[in-house]
Amino acid sequence: MATFTLPKNSTIGTGKTYKAEAGAKNVKAFKIYRFDPDTGENPRYDTYEIDLDKCGPMVLDALIKIKNEVDTTLTFRRSCREGICGSCSMNIDGMNTLACLKPIEDVKKDVRITPLPHMPVVKDLVPDLTHIYAQLRSIEPWLKSDTPPPPDEERRQSKDERAKLDGLWECILCFCCSTACPSYWWNGDRYLGPAVLLQAYRWIADSRDDHTGERLDDLEDPFRLYRCHTIMNCAATCPKGLNPAQAIGKIKQMMVERQG
Amino acid sequence: MSDTPTRVPLQSPLGRVRGLGSAKQGSHHWWIQRVSSVALLPLMLWFILSVATMGGKEYAEVVAWIAHPLNATLLLLSIGLAFQHAASGMQVVIEDYTRSEMVRMAVILAVKAACALFGVLAAVAVLKIAI
Repeated sequence: MATFTLPKNSTIGTGKTYKAEAGAKNVKAFKIYRFDPDTGENPRYDTYEIDLDKCGPMVLDALIKIKNEVDTTLTFRRSCREGICGSCSMNIDGMNTLACLKPIEDVKKDVRITPLPHMPVVKDLVPDLTHIYAQLRSIEPWLKSDTPPPPDEERRQSKDERAKLDGLWECILCFCCSTACPSYWWNGDRYLGPAVLLQAYRWIADSRDDHTGERLDDLEDPFRLYRCHTIMNCAATCPKGLNPAQAIGKIKQMMVERQG
Repeated sequence: MSDTPTRVPLQSPLGRVRGLGSAKQGSHHWWIQRVSSVALLPLMLWFILSVATMGGKEYAEVVAWIAHPLNATLLLLSIGLAFQHAASGMQVVIEDYTRSEMVRMAVILAVKAACALFGVLAAVAVLKIAI
């Protein structure tokens, strides 16, 4: 059966509270998921009280402030801090998003931060993405063409052909969508999930690619593709405002189209 | 390197993802489910309205209604499509929530058998009256 409750070693306890410095007026509490595989202890929520008057506007600013000034053991991924690298994806206030694009003021109460749901946790807010990267690799996300490129020139596309890639190329592979999808939670071992299927469609829709049929062949599977039940969590959570469910719908449409 | 056999699976992540390869099917199942749900819309509307307007009628009148060729045909279509749709819908739910391949196959086959049994039973009942 699909697992609906956390295993015993994953139940989250209450951890330490780091009080705000004396004299702080604009205090916000961040309840952050902590897990250290080396201790053998269950995960816990540590509470960090932060003076927002001395902190940047985004959740990532607060995380960096905590790591720099309060608790250096806090572990998370981040790189560009402007929503283009996809590293700082995590669950903030119950919704998967990028910490760098999430304003602290959007969260009314305490800011609760957990890693991306239903992924193995490496440490604190860092999930193990090995499997999902292998899934991305499996759809061969690169141009496959048997046509040699024109000499001394790039492969050309018409404006209409290029327009088909809009809403697809913007994906930064943060995997907020896949880890928000219940179908991916239950069957992520075989279901490719919204992020990877959007990438698959990005190459299916590319006019320069000659391998559309083979790409569709590889996706035609009750688990790889058809576990999508248009739950739409993917579109609701995407920090870039993309719609993976629509891309999956177009793949399903093509599957029917090619049968006659 | 230690000699103790490891319990951690060492198959490459890509090998695990590729697994047994694509089933090369699923589209037909998905498409038929969509088509049957659309076809069932008018059929169910007709069925519910017919049954509702027959409240309080005599046994003989209801039997005569079922025996009418048009009603019998629509009833048979409704029965066939409804049980087909139910079986394929439940198959998807079972695939979603069962983990072991053996359990999955056994439950799906049992559900399909039950749907076939009750579907044919209902069809025979209509035919017995109509023919």
